[in-house]
Amino acid sequence: MSGHDSKYFSTTKKGEIPELKEELNSQYKDKRKDAVKKSQPDLAILAVNTFVKDSQDPNPLIRALAVRTMGCIRVDKITEYLCDPLQRCLKDDDPYVRKTAAICVAKLYDINAELVEDRGFLEALKDLISDNNPMVVANAVAALAEIQENSSSPIFEITGNTLSKLLTALNECTEWGQVFILDALSKYKAADAREAENIVERVTPRLQHANCAVVLSAVKMILQQMELITSTDVVRNLCKKMAPPLVTLLSAEPEIQYVALRNINLIVQRRPTILAHEIKVFFCKYNDPIYVKMEKLEIMIKLASDRNIDQVLLEFKEYATEVDVDFVRKAVRAIGRCAIKLERAAERCISVLLELIKIKVNYVVQEAIIVIKDIFRRYPNTYESIIATLCESLDTLDEPEAKASMIWIIGEYAERIDNADELLESFLESFPEEPAQVQLQLLTATVKLFLKKPTEGPQQMIQVVLNNATVETDNPDLRDRAYIYWRLLSTDPEAAKDVVLAEKPVISDDSNQLDPSLLDELLSNIATLSSVYHKPPEAFVTRVKTTQKTEEEDYPDGGETGYSESPSHAVDSAASPPATSSSAPHAAARQPVPVTPAPVPDLLGDLIGLDNDNSGNGAIVSVDQPTVPSGPPLPVVLAASTGQGLQISAQLVRRDGQIFYSLLFENNSQIPLDGFMIQFNKNTFGVAAAGPLQVPQLLPGTSASTLLPMVLFQNIAPGPPNTLLQVAVKNNQQPVWYFNDKVSLLVFFSEDGRMERSAFLETWKSLPDSNEVSKDFPGIVVNSVEATLDLLAASNMFFIAKRKHANQDVLYLSAKIPRGIPFLIELTAVIGIPGLKCAIKSPSPEMAPLFFEALENLLKS
Amino acid sequence: MPVAASAVYFLNLRGDVLINRLYRDDVGGNMVDAFRMHIMQTKELGTCPVRQIGGCSFFYMRISNVYIVIVVSSNANVACAFKFVVEAVTLFKSYFGGAFDEDAIRNNFVLIYELLDEIMDFGYPQNLSPEILKLYITQEGVRSPFSSKPADKPVPNATLQVTGAVGWRREGLVYKKNEVFLDIVESVNLLMSSKGSVLRCDVTGKILMKCFLSGMPDLKLGLNDKIGLEKESQLKSRPTKSGKTIELDDVTFHQCVNLTRFNSEKTVSFVPPDGEFELMKYRITEGVNLPFRVLPTIKELGRTRMEVNVKVKSVFGAKTFALGVVVKIPVPKQTAKTSFQVTSGRAKYNAAIDCLVWKIRKFPGQTETTLSAEVELISTMTEKKSATRPPIQMEFQVPMFTASGLRVRFLKVWEKSGYNTVEWVRYITKAGSYEIRC
Repeated sequence: MSGHDSKYFSTTKKGEIPELKEELNSQYKDKRKDAVKKSQPDLAILAVNTFVKDSQDPNPLIRALAVRTMGCIRVDKITEYLCDPLQRCLKDDDPYVRKTAAICVAKLYDINAELVEDRGFLEALKDLISDNNPMVVANAVAALAEIQENSSSPIFEITGNTLSKLLTALNECTEWGQVFILDALSKYKAADAREAENIVERVTPRLQHANCAVVLSAVKMILQQMELITSTDVVRNLCKKMAPPLVTLLSAEPEIQYVALRNINLIVQRRPTILAHEIKVFFCKYNDPIYVKMEKLEIMIKLASDRNIDQVLLEFKEYATEVDVDFVRKAVRAIGRCAIKLERAAERCISVLLELIKIKVNYVVQEAIIVIKDIFRRYPNTYESIIATLCESLDTLDEPEAKASMIWIIGEYAERIDNADELLESFLESFPEEPAQVQLQLLTATVKLFLKKPTEGPQQMIQVVLNNATVETDNPDLRDRAYIYWRLLSTDPEAAKDVVLAEKPVISDDSNQLDPSLLDELLSNIATLSSVYHKPPEAFVTRVKTTQKTEEEDYPDGGETGYSESPSHAVDSAASPPATSSSAPHAAARQPVPVTPAPVPDLLGDLIGLDNDNSGNGAIVSVDQPTVPSGPPLPVVLAASTGQGLQISAQLVRRDGQIFYSLLFENNSQIPLDGFMIQFNKNTFGVAAAGPLQVPQLLPGTSASTLLPMVLFQNIAPGPPNTLLQVAVKNNQQPVWYFNDKVSLLVFFSEDGRMERSAFLETWKSLPDSNEVSKDFPGIVVNSVEATLDLLAASNMFFIAKRKHANQDVLYLSAKIPRGIPFLIELTAVIGIPGLKCAIKSPSPEMAPLFFEALENLLKS
Repeated sequence: MPVAASAVYFLNLRGDVLINRLYRDDVGGNMVDAFRMHIMQTKELGTCPVRQIGGCSFFYMRISNVYIVIVVSSNANVACAFKFVVEAVTLFKSYFGGAFDEDAIRNNFVLIYELLDEIMDFGYPQNLSPEILKLYITQEGVRSPFSSKPADKPVPNATLQVTGAVGWRREGLVYKKNEVFLDIVESVNLLMSSKGSVLRCDVTGKILMKCFLSGMPDLKLGLNDKIGLEKESQLKSRPTKSGKTIELDDVTFHQCVNLTRFNSEKTVSFVPPDGEFELMKYRITEGVNLPFRVLPTIKELGRTRMEVNVKVKSVFGAKTFALGVVVKIPVPKQTAKTSFQVTSGRAKYNAAIDCLVWKIRKFPGQTETTLSAEVELISTMTEKKSATRPPIQMEFQVPMFTASGLRVRFLKVWEKSGYNTVEWVRYITKAGSYEIRC
């Protein structure tokens, strides 16, 4: 609001203010001029001289102000002039000037990254880390951390040396400086448990700081290092030390409490023991703001255990009678979630729910019925005695979810409710007006009733319902479901029973719902927005990374010239994030939805695959062969010496979910070669070409490469699986060449191989032990879990969980080969020490040797 | 990223921008309109203090009749941002001399802009110590208009102060009489069930200090806390004198306290800022002496009458007394008529908050007093049993009493000139959220 600004300038009484003040104010006037300058950059130059002069003023405050203000002028021409003063100020005698200059480098980087690199500012900034003034160090760290965040090249890597310098500076900095340093250090990966313990020891005193940001950043850092610490005593001790400061955060301002609670929610998911005994501090105060109460409730559910459930239930019951409807609903739901989570407490939870139903407050009753439905799912055939009580509240139900839940209960237990038909009938009258959710439940419940009590009443009802749900509706879901039931009932009522009355899988508690890898990421972002939203930063930050353009890096399409010069503005549109990221180089692409750099091959690949399956005619392929991306050289499968001068290198590769045979033909003979064709022999995977080979005429001394799209399960060889792929290639000039290639199982791993943790566990348990195969790889060293996981993820092996067993890291991954055959992988290794044990479990254990071979090749390279 | 803000806005309750300061280019100047439209006008202000709209995130806090809104577009450090706002408000208050509200902002535009420029650079919080900032950001009229060139001398010093290791105290202070005032202020938080069992109880205390000391004194504070005493007896290798020791659940310190030393030696040693500051905060959950017991009995006699009996007992020393005791007893909204009998103090019905408010100016220790009231209700048609009553709330102050039993054992002052110091210590216990369900 520049209106206010101009007002305040006119009210400044110039005569009375001291000289210093006058100079301070002059800065504002210049700033106001800046606003004009943004539209008239030429005029900006006029002000530069003043700044350059001020940056040599004897008064350090003026010097600092000059450099600070210049950093705010985002005009390219000005930044050139800024460099010299900035260089001087970074080496100024006065720490106040240096600390301001340090931040200014970050500002300049935001405007023109190249300039910062070229003029050596990064080195100057790194020198400031060893400055004798702690505030200069802190600001330099902040600036470097920010620059690193916006760049993909390694600029600020914390070494053991900087680490100890920064830890020392930590003791002397201002509170904010401590936050900068702790945040930067939390990215540091300690080499071993000992180093981690040393770091933690020096950070723990920060937990006593009065500033909540310092405390949370310290907690973040300790949690990071704890992952490496193996001694259970040390870990237990640390947990003990972290609990009180976390609890103390709850006596801060409510907004800070909210931030703390969102973070505690994450922390207790990873380390439930930390606050296991502190559940009382999460009891809601009557005057807590609603957002604090909601978060407290969530944490209470997480901390509820057999030991404290009685107390917790009393609290929930109290909350369920409060005024705020949302809070009351959540409290009722919380009781249900506790029942599902704690088997031994389920009965007590249910009796509390029944008490609440008896109060007959409408929304409490409805919410209670919704959760009781879940409890029935969790403990089938255990608590049906309460159905009678539930039925009493039938007419008060007016919310779709509650109605649907009640109808489900009636249908599910129709045989035990004497008047189930009457109850359902009362709902049927209003069938056409009900929301879809209720209609679907009514349909299913009536079918269940009919199957359980095939008497006249239900038979009439089912006619009505089926008629309503097929003829009278325009909801396709409902209609389809009705037709399926109809068909089932009319063809085979016994089969209908098997389907409709099948035993349902038991549900589990969802209060630990975050995916472990997401949780990891969120924990490394404690105190930031990411930890409050419970979303990874990419999900809400639209800022694009700037990348240094170096000579070696060469982007396939040339539309990005001048990209790194343009300031990377955030795009505040949620609708079109790819618009900006499409210019982001691959190296920096961390967006969750990767922007395919060259979508053409992908699309075509799909088309080809489809077409060929049906007709075997691959004419479309010729349109535009995808170019072979430059990668590692392909292995030679046919040497020039055996191929009369023709050398072929080839390998199966996977790109964008499609398998290709990547081929390179080199003509070292004396004659031009043309008319290339290819044929594959029967093989374990039935790999075959999806179209004809497209290779132009090869003149002597030239080469051509191509990506041949492949299909699977075309000509499967019987017998035990092997990796052999026999290929024949011919051309018009030479005899037919036969050669053998090896198939790596990895190319078959599909992109959809990621499993939920629970699904993984279930699959693991459901497979017999005979399906487990393991192998030792004495020669493989895992140096970094991260790097290994990245490597595996690149081959579509997806990380599920990690656990520590003594000093060993155990990793669990999942993968899937076509036809939906899962591979459950368990890798056991000690970081840095040779030796890797791999165990896999799969419905197709015969594939295991292939898998081991492929894994070994992958990890060895 | 430790960035705390891309922009800071001060809005009044109508949503007018009083002051704004953009620190970074990554948020548009009009983002505050989004805040106004999507948060202020949708009555969602109370639902969550951290919100995302479009590509930007908003953190906001209400302080008296002003909203302070921080806008960011990166993964900013929220804890840092909120703490920055809290500290900034403290700073402004110390400049304005007390209140921070719309009027104070309007009257101090120049000053606030100056301060906003100084306390945050490019979204990174810098030094927010009022003590230091006042060295070189001076309010209009503070300095005499007659001194023609006052700024020359202290300024070079100031920059060192801002960045110095003791960033909270300036050098060269001289007092004729060297005095230290210590205030131990405790708030008791209690949540008691209607049956009289304690559901949750804790004490949050703070030690406020007012220093008028010359030079650069080194201070050391000794309390009767368990860990500190044990450590001391270890070092001196003799048993501690018997007496009550306190177990502190958690302590947090002002930035002047040497945390590393506290961690190793368990002593609170520090170079204090000049003037008033909060030295430390602590929390205690074990062995809390509740100053008051409240025993309510509330009977509903039919549909239109209620009988309320509340007995309050003071359980602190007979020689001390509590001041400003207020007991708020909630009654239903449809209350029509009330009548009271109290053994001391005064009671009245406050319809605005639906409470019987019972005030007792002076409440001696080891006594008890009762209120009995009859409440007549308007009979309503919708006779559903309403939600439970809010809890009874209590306010009080008990001077010379600590609910935790904490005592200051010593406060040592060292300064190289070796002056004598006079120390004053006061204790007071207040009600935090003192709630009794009924």
